[in-house]
Amino acid sequence: MPQEFKRQYKEILEQYTQRQTELNLYEGQNFSRQLIQKNISPEEVISIHKASLEELMPDLPNDVWHSFDLLIEVMIRYGLALKEHQTLIKKQENFRMEMELASNVQQTLLKTKIPVMNDLDIGMISVPAKEMNGDYTHFLNDDTTIGIAVADVIGKGIPAALCMSMIKYGMDSLNGAETEPIVVLDVINRIVEKSVSDSMFISMFYGTYDTSNSKFTYASAGHEPPLFYSAKSNEFSELQAKGLLLGVIPNVKYEQHIISLDKDDFIVMMTDGVTECRSKAGFIDQNTVMDIIESVRDQSAQDMVEFVFHKLEELQEFEQRDDFTLVIFKKK
Amino acid sequence: MNISVELHTLGELHVKGIIGGEIDAFTAPILREKLKEITLQDNMHVELNLMDVSYMDSTGLGVFVGFYKSISAANGHMELTGLSSRLKRLFDITGLVEIMDIQETDKEVKKDETV
Repeated sequence: MPQEFKRQYKEILEQYTQRQTELNLYEGQNFSRQLIQKNISPEEVISIHKASLEELMPDLPNDVWHSFDLLIEVMIRYGLALKEHQTLIKKQENFRMEMELASNVQQTLLKTKIPVMNDLDIGMISVPAKEMNGDYTHFLNDDTTIGIAVADVIGKGIPAALCMSMIKYGMDSLNGAETEPIVVLDVINRIVEKSVSDSMFISMFYGTYDTSNSKFTYASAGHEPPLFYSAKSNEFSELQAKGLLLGVIPNVKYEQHIISLDKDDFIVMMTDGVTECRSKAGFIDQNTVMDIIESVRDQSAQDMVEFVFHKLEELQEFEQRDDFTLVIFKKK
Repeated sequence: MNISVELHTLGELHVKGIIGGEIDAFTAPILREKLKEITLQDNMHVELNLMDVSYMDSTGLGVFVGFYKSISAANGHMELTGLSSRLKRLFDITGLVEIMDIQETDKEVKKDETV
């Protein structure tokens, strides 16, 4: 039994038995904090109490001393539970550190470089709601063509992160940026369908932009339709393309469409973190999002995506519920 | 953040579920567990009414995809009814409307939604 604790406890007990003041009780509370810090178990505390009492009131009847022995036995389980609790706290801390590490690895692994093209101004922002990002953006490019994938993995955390690595390796196995969008989606669907669990799936939009003719070819696997802004007509339209989510069934027919971009036209690709924004008053509807984008249409693509993010963050009162990704392709 | 799930057995092979509230990352596990209580058999018909669902995100969608996959594997049928136009849009965009049996609500869009 730690002698120092016994000495302190005896002092507090002696004072309290003489004068039952609040201050003495308070000292007792502080003392218990020290005991917990030093991992003193409940049964040890009772032993300290018993030993102190033996010195302070040696004449107590034998029955009282025996009763303490029983109490000590009873408290042993509590001591064990406390030890288990401390082990769990330590384990949890280890998990947290591993998660952090995994999240760093994910970020390094999935890093994509925004290509610099003569004809096209590209802006991108992706902000996770939790540690691990369930949104995934990947660029492929050669001299004239740029491929863009925007995906949202449903199901969060580590399984989602592993799923994203599948998309990445699926895309790396392709024949570069010129691969047709429907082929890209078909390849990835086959990979994902074989490997994911039942309630996990991916929505993905894939498009390629050819700088030689300013044409954007796209297909979608159940993804939020991008917005197309025409500078000439000053209007937004949705780039709809039918196609089922990745990972639900093996053989899916995807639609593929082509649009031409003129100077200052732009395409806004996003995940449902953008369209499912909610404020206190209700959903932030698509028109609001369009208005926000239009208000900054003269700025660079990167400034645009950042502005939209901050504006929506503000409208949601800084409570981000879902991962948020926004990519803008703007023809120079 | 609330969800309510009631399951009614209407016949040996017929279950009707009434779901209400919000289906998001916090409540989706509750719904998933509840749907697991249904014993899937050959020719089973499960109708899930979503008329009182005020919000659903992609995690919620995941629960229905998961249930659709297991009931289809067991030769059963899942029917979703009472979808508001906002909910219907989710199933449209994701292409799920092409493979699932989905009935839109015939009621007016509820007042707490902005569409």
